[in-house]
Amino acid sequence: MLGYIIRRILFAIPIAIGVSIVCFSLVYLAPGDPLQTVLPPDATAETIAIVKHAYGFDRPIPVQYAIWLWHVVQGDFGRSIATQRPVTLEVFGSVANTAMLGLFSVPISFALGFGMGAVAGCFPGRMIDRIVTGAAVIGVSLPNYWLGLVLVILFAVEYMILPASGMGQTGSANFNLFHWSDAQFLVLPVVTLTMIPIGIIARTTRAAVAEVRSQDFVTTLRAMGLGEGAVIRHVLKNASPQVLAVMGLQFGYLMGGSILVETVFTWPGSGFLLNKAIINRDIPVLQGTILALSLIFVATNLVVDLLQALFDPRIRRS
Amino acid sequence: MSEQAILPVDAAPEVEVEGAPATRVRSYWQSVLYRLRHDWITMVFGAIVLAIILIAIAAPLIAPFDPYQQSIIGRLKPFGWRGHPWGTDELGRDMMSRLIYGGRISLLMGLAPVLVATIIGGALGVIGGFAGRIVNTAIMRTMDVFYAFPSVLLAVAISGAMGGGVFTGIISLSLVFIPAMCRIAETATAQIKILDYIEAARASGAGTLTIVRHHVLGNVLGPVFIYASSLVSVSILLASGLSFLGLGVQPPEPDWGLMLSTLRQSLYVDPLGCAMPGVAIFVTSICFNLVSDGVRSAMDVRE
Repeated sequence: MLGYIIRRILFAIPIAIGVSIVCFSLVYLAPGDPLQTVLPPDATAETIAIVKHAYGFDRPIPVQYAIWLWHVVQGDFGRSIATQRPVTLEVFGSVANTAMLGLFSVPISFALGFGMGAVAGCFPGRMIDRIVTGAAVIGVSLPNYWLGLVLVILFAVEYMILPASGMGQTGSANFNLFHWSDAQFLVLPVVTLTMIPIGIIARTTRAAVAEVRSQDFVTTLRAMGLGEGAVIRHVLKNASPQVLAVMGLQFGYLMGGSILVETVFTWPGSGFLLNKAIINRDIPVLQGTILALSLIFVATNLVVDLLQALFDPRIRRS
Repeated sequence: MSEQAILPVDAAPEVEVEGAPATRVRSYWQSVLYRLRHDWITMVFGAIVLAIILIAIAAPLIAPFDPYQQSIIGRLKPFGWRGHPWGTDELGRDMMSRLIYGGRISLLMGLAPVLVATIIGGALGVIGGFAGRIVNTAIMRTMDVFYAFPSVLLAVAISGAMGGGVFTGIISLSLVFIPAMCRIAETATAQIKILDYIEAARASGAGTLTIVRHHVLGNVLGPVFIYASSLVSVSILLASGLSFLGLGVQPPEPDWGLMLSTLRQSLYVDPLGCAMPGVAIFVTSICFNLVSDGVRSAMDVRE
């Protein structure tokens, strides 16, 4: 197991480096000069040369990348062009706000999705299976930004029982999770976020459970006289590696893909920050946010792989 | 269980057993079609998908009004107002016409990336899977890097950095789908490559290109097609999402995601009208999803 852990961690390092290269090259994807936003339109060639030198843009691109990476490793992403605050601070605060949504949406969607899928997989073709499968298809087909709007129309505009957007009067700094006046702002974004993961996880779990149930060892277990409960326990354990892989992807989606939902609810999280950075053409913030979120995603995949190996000895040996 | 035992009685396997009574033998694709025809859910939703596509193509013939025609006095009017069957939007443009025209770009942005990703990702996967060694490592490790981004994030980052627009949207979504497609094609190719009949073909003097064309492609096409069909609805959702964020289609062009975003400002005035473009996205996406599910189970012999 230890050997597997070390191999898997070593495998993640080149991926992390590759991710940093992609984030770095985002500057060069932008049309025009990366300095366009900093320089006045009537800048002379001389000024441009000076600013270029100050930002290090006159050096070869690999050298620029090395310098950028060196700063990033030390936790320095530079300063935001729009606010002049250090990017690290901005990213940290926003990721924390996104994590607060994740704190609720991850356990809710994982538990509901897995439970629904497991029940449906145990009774394939029955009424309960059809209901779950139908609900799951609706879940994965819902545009969540639209669902967010519909929930706002229902609960904030028509019935006025929940707030439509933001994080409350006190803002993100004094957000009190245990006080309803603040916590109520979480309800609609969390419900909106959970729909797609519930659908995807339920579908995967149902397929995995149904497939494992048709394997020969289940017949053997029954023939050995095991009760239905014990059989289901074996089935779920064997289905779990597949489900875990999808849960890992969905965790990444909840941390990194919430940009649409955060925009609908103006929730000051990482997606919202990303959207702001794009509108302001604030490349350092753009790079910093994407790098932070994708590194979280790489780390999640690492954890998922290790968990899978824990559940399934066959993976360890391969 | 053997494959034959699970096949429907009338969908006989391709292999003709010598001396067996002469029955009607269906090819694989004929049996897939047979199963599809008898799956009424897939047929119904497939018909709806077809209708949505036809309506989008024939938009100029069907739309009751000009989708760009604004009216200052006729803004955010309810259903049936002065002959506008679904009312008007925030600039007084006819909602129904805009939804009909909106399908054109929304479907284009949903389908084009899947097509591009299938061709490029599939080709890379077959090359990587068949060539093996260094070529495989180079291709698959590069794909791993792009796989390490959450899909929405990668799409938003690339189109955000490139400045938005329909074309950049299609490029960024294609980049999002290529790695997964490449993996599917690579796995399928690697599985085929080690089989004996490839060895036999090589021994009888077939070149690499001939082997790939005659023996590999046919076997890779199935999984790739199944996966591509499941991507269409994801792609439609993501493309509309990009437009919703202002990174895809630019105003005044009618597009479902963009309409949702601009109508959002009038949420408190006209909640029903504001929800309409979302219904279009949802219906299209769920229909593509169900058709893809049907195609998958029709093509999967094990089920």
